Amino acid sequence: MAVTTPTRPAPAARPPRPKRSSSAPLNFWRSTIGKKTVMAVTGALMLLFLIVHMLGNLKIFFGPTDFDHYAHWLRTIGEPVLHGAWFLWIMRVGLGLAVILHVVSAYQLSRRDLKARPTKYVHHQRARASYATHIMRYGGITLALFIVYHLLDFTTLTLNRHGVEGAAYDNVVSSFSVWWVTVIYIVAMLSLGLHIQHGFWSAAQTLGVNRPSRDRALKATATTLAVLLTAGFIVVPVAVLAGLVD
Amino acid sequence: MKLTLRIWRQASPDEPGRMVAYEVPDANPDMSFLELLDVLNERLTLEGDDPVSFDHDCREGICGACGVVINGQAHGPRERTTTCQLHIREFNDGDVIDVEPWRSVAFGVIKDLMVDRSGLDRIIQAGGYISAPTGSAPEAHSTPVPKPIADTAFDNATCIGCGACVAACPNGSSMLFTSAKVAHLNSLPQGAPERAERVLNLVEAMDAEGFGGCTNTGECTVACPKGIPMDSIATLNREYLRASLGRK
Repeated sequence: MAVTTPTRPAPAARPPRPKRSSSAPLNFWRSTIGKKTVMAVTGALMLLFLIVHMLGNLKIFFGPTDFDHYAHWLRTIGEPVLHGAWFLWIMRVGLGLAVILHVVSAYQLSRRDLKARPTKYVHHQRARASYATHIMRYGGITLALFIVYHLLDFTTLTLNRHGVEGAAYDNVVSSFSVWWVTVIYIVAMLSLGLHIQHGFWSAAQTLGVNRPSRDRALKATATTLAVLLTAGFIVVPVAVLAGLVD
Repeated sequence: MKLTLRIWRQASPDEPGRMVAYEVPDANPDMSFLELLDVLNERLTLEGDDPVSFDHDCREGICGACGVVINGQAHGPRERTTTCQLHIREFNDGDVIDVEPWRSVAFGVIKDLMVDRSGLDRIIQAGGYISAPTGSAPEAHSTPVPKPIADTAFDNATCIGCGACVAACPNGSSMLFTSAKVAHLNSLPQGAPERAERVLNLVEAMDAEGFGGCTNTGECTVACPKGIPMDSIATLNREYLRASLGRK
């Protein structure tokens, strides 16, 4: 009766571990943790921007004069130290870089992650992670597409029905008067909320600032930020559609 | 108890595998899961079939040799329990149980349920140790260690390197394993001289093995039979950031 004892295959000649570069930033960027850190920092910057953005949006409830004045002021911040609209461009370049770094890191890490686990289990694992964690990648893609649409709608005014430069209030009202535009915004903002709910806590974890004693507070802050930002952003299109802002 | 096992059978790394169903009509509730496989293998051997290959050693939950995915969960349904310490009484009479090997590109299947976990060994070789002169062990009390630090180090030192974290991770990441080494050795005074170099080397070795990155899903901590917490991953990230910024 022959019993075959499995023998471990002779270890294939492994290529030596690539020598570490003398450049610390390069090594950092090449590592999985380095890329996650880049995602955490850029995510935090975008989150700060979004908080200001959301609060600014709410000025629409003070009427067209206030809102258009605020929109104009955004172009003049920093004057006379900075030339007209320079602040705006510094912000645009900074945020643009943050988005690019965030997306490139996410893309490279996702490719690596999918390659690391090519075979799925026949018996599906019951995911214990939250829905927000589960849909980070899809949510991120949704948000990237939304940002493009949003810029075409309100920055370049290409897709805006009113599309008059400087008439921010009327531009907003004209877009959100269309029900499906409002639906796009609501879906995008729900994705944003979920993205922040996992992203904020995950960033704290990645940057190593999380501790067992802070874990609950960080998770609560993440949920609070997610709810406040989602609600704060959604209230404007809903108010337009409901006729509260016109 | 009568159980049906659906087991991943794969003759060699290069051949395709498939799930094969086996009935075990005489399972005893007090058996361990590995003993259930032993009973099945005994029968397969007598019938002239190839027994199911699986890794095992101490069978008391401390060596890290065993480990299979049972019904989609690494080490099965009972938390903080290795496969060898899992008892058949956790299941019900007539259950169909799916048994699969750890899945990760860094863990190739050798045969059936046996995978090549030498990637974890190479991570250890890169920095999972402290350098010390040989000779008699130094007097333990000569290096005072505060109790909370000793506790953290010990909690992380309980990692048995079974690879359940990698198996459970949707990204096949070994962050929890690597983080246990860093949280263990970097928190102790004995590990301090190599603190920065250790974490840089460990992460470099981990990435070179083809493990995925951490997306903080937390699946690993649920699967870990030793309860290594997510906090260890935060510690690894903190130590890596610190070392990358050039601090010793």
